[in-house]
Amino acid sequence: MTPILEAKNIDKYFKKPVSFHVLKDIDLVINKGEFTSIMGKSGCGKSTLLYVLSTMDTDYSGELYLNNKLITGETPENLARIRNKHIGFVFQFHYLLSEFSVLENVMLPARKLGEKSFLEIEHCAMEKLKMLNIEHLATKKASRISGGEKQRVAIARALINDPAIIMGDEPTGNLDSYNSENVFSIFKQLSEEQNLSLLVVTHDQDFANKTNRIIQMEDGKVLS
Amino acid sequence: MLNHRLILSIAKRHLLAKFKQTLIAALGVTFGIGSYITLVSFMTGLNGMLDDLILNQTPHIHIFNKIEPSEKQPISFYKDFENSFNIVRSIKPKQSQKKIYNALPLISQLNRDSRVRGAIPQLNTQIFYIAGSIDLGGNLTGVDIMQEASLFNLKDYIVEGTPADLKNTSNGILLGAGVAKKMALKVGDRVQINTIEGDIFPLKIVGIYQSGVADIDDIQSFANLNTVQRILGKPKNYITDINVKLHDIENAFALSKKIEKQFNLTAIDINSANAQFETGSNIRNLITYAVSITLLIVAGFGIYNILNMLIYEKMNDIAILKATGFSGKDVQLIFMTQAMIIGIAGGILGLGIGYILSTIIDGIAFKTEALPTIETYPINYNPWYYVIGISFALISTFLAGYLPSRRAKRIDPVQIINRL
Repeated sequence: MTPILEAKNIDKYFKKPVSFHVLKDIDLVINKGEFTSIMGKSGCGKSTLLYVLSTMDTDYSGELYLNNKLITGETPENLARIRNKHIGFVFQFHYLLSEFSVLENVMLPARKLGEKSFLEIEHCAMEKLKMLNIEHLATKKASRISGGEKQRVAIARALINDPAIIMGDEPTGNLDSYNSENVFSIFKQLSEEQNLSLLVVTHDQDFANKTNRIIQMEDGKVLS
Repeated sequence: MLNHRLILSIAKRHLLAKFKQTLIAALGVTFGIGSYITLVSFMTGLNGMLDDLILNQTPHIHIFNKIEPSEKQPISFYKDFENSFNIVRSIKPKQSQKKIYNALPLISQLNRDSRVRGAIPQLNTQIFYIAGSIDLGGNLTGVDIMQEASLFNLKDYIVEGTPADLKNTSNGILLGAGVAKKMALKVGDRVQINTIEGDIFPLKIVGIYQSGVADIDDIQSFANLNTVQRILGKPKNYITDINVKLHDIENAFALSKKIEKQFNLTAIDINSANAQFETGSNIRNLITYAVSITLLIVAGFGIYNILNMLIYEKMNDIAILKATGFSGKDVQLIFMTQAMIIGIAGGILGLGIGYILSTIIDGIAFKTEALPTIETYPINYNPWYYVIGISFALISTFLAGYLPSRRAKRIDPVQIINRL
């Protein structure tokens, strides 16, 4: 098993409004192809942990490795590049850019990465949309599609740069059971067929039960 | 390069989505720059016209013999009274000639100086214009008319006739407009003039001179230098004034001092003679710039406001851009690009509007007795004002965009995402 993401002795404090020890000495390894969910009560620090792992939150102590490379202490520019290339995001609220079409939204991270030509990126984005059965939405404005569709577009966008890991913050939290099921099966498929690592924060016990591994958190500590 | 194209396309998309606000922000700049261009062109045009009115006719250095009492009275030269206290009462000015001694060699020497564009002789004399039983006091100036025309734009102030007409008529006169009106004379008529010595000469009116300054037009006339010399019964080297025009007006003071010292003459430079005039020009320019800068600052605040609002509305977009790998710098660039697009578009439009307004003003009829050569309002189409205008548009939009864009750069995506 090759580790994709590894966290060592992560500690984090919230300073405002009062000093609060939110993450307590967390050690964690996510392996390649593993579909992991993080569960826990509200306020146990699971979202905070996800954002530390995602490199967006840099205010912590401890060490973070991505593909066995230390990424703690990198410059914000380098971290942005690492997020761009290696980490895909799916949020509870789809967070698409409403002025852009679905296709453009999906293409955006790849255009930022700039490793492929515009036409290649466009082709690649269409492939992802086809894989998720939403290619018919490509030219629609992102603000004109339904919630379930938006989440699938967000997944396509997360996949566009073929990342090492996909992170989700309650990706099904805002969806009905039909769409939740749909999103779950897409994740499952990605994990099984493409050997992609997934790390998903969720409240949904049913969702978590179907994943490979559940990380239970309580009071800023990993229980299991 | 690819990154810039991407940022530009995102910036453009945001601006087009909020087209109305973008338009208003850009129009703010347009209004500022347009009024700056119009104001500055019009004001400097007017200034230039007023400058011309005075300065074109004024020599850069005017050389003449001043009538004044001698500084050293004879007793000062007497050694026996060297250390005593002398009082001389009722000093009279020195008996001296009005003519400039050795004027012709002096003129040719001045003309050889590389700083001098031209030095020309004049002969000023008091005369009376005779109209029936009435004598009108006046000034007759003997000039080399063709040189006067080329160096001091005398041609612009000859409202009837031409300089060549005077040159070709040996007993011709360019009569002041005020005199002509008072005496009901017109071109082709004859006017009799009476010298101080009492000789009467008839002269033929070949043209009418109008400077725009009524006090001058009521007394001043021009004739050929040799005609005036003949009237006064003086030889060909009798010259009372030398007018010098320089290539660079800045040299006037130094050269005038040198001439005074070297030739023992009085030489007045243009800046000393018209100091109050320059002050007026400077203050008018100051007002123009103060108004323009105020307009541009107002436009700058408009941009600042709209960008701030845009960033507030686009918080979520900024968070998502950062989450998907855009750095803070990229986000800042997006908003800076938007500010600059507004600045460039508004600025260029402003230059256009300024130019159009200028041409409209330029076309408005503006007839005034005081300025015979002016037919429409004067406009100064100096390309520098356009360069300054667009630079100011870019600088002010840059500053107006900088603060909001820095805020966008610092937005923490985690906070935004957690807030919902």
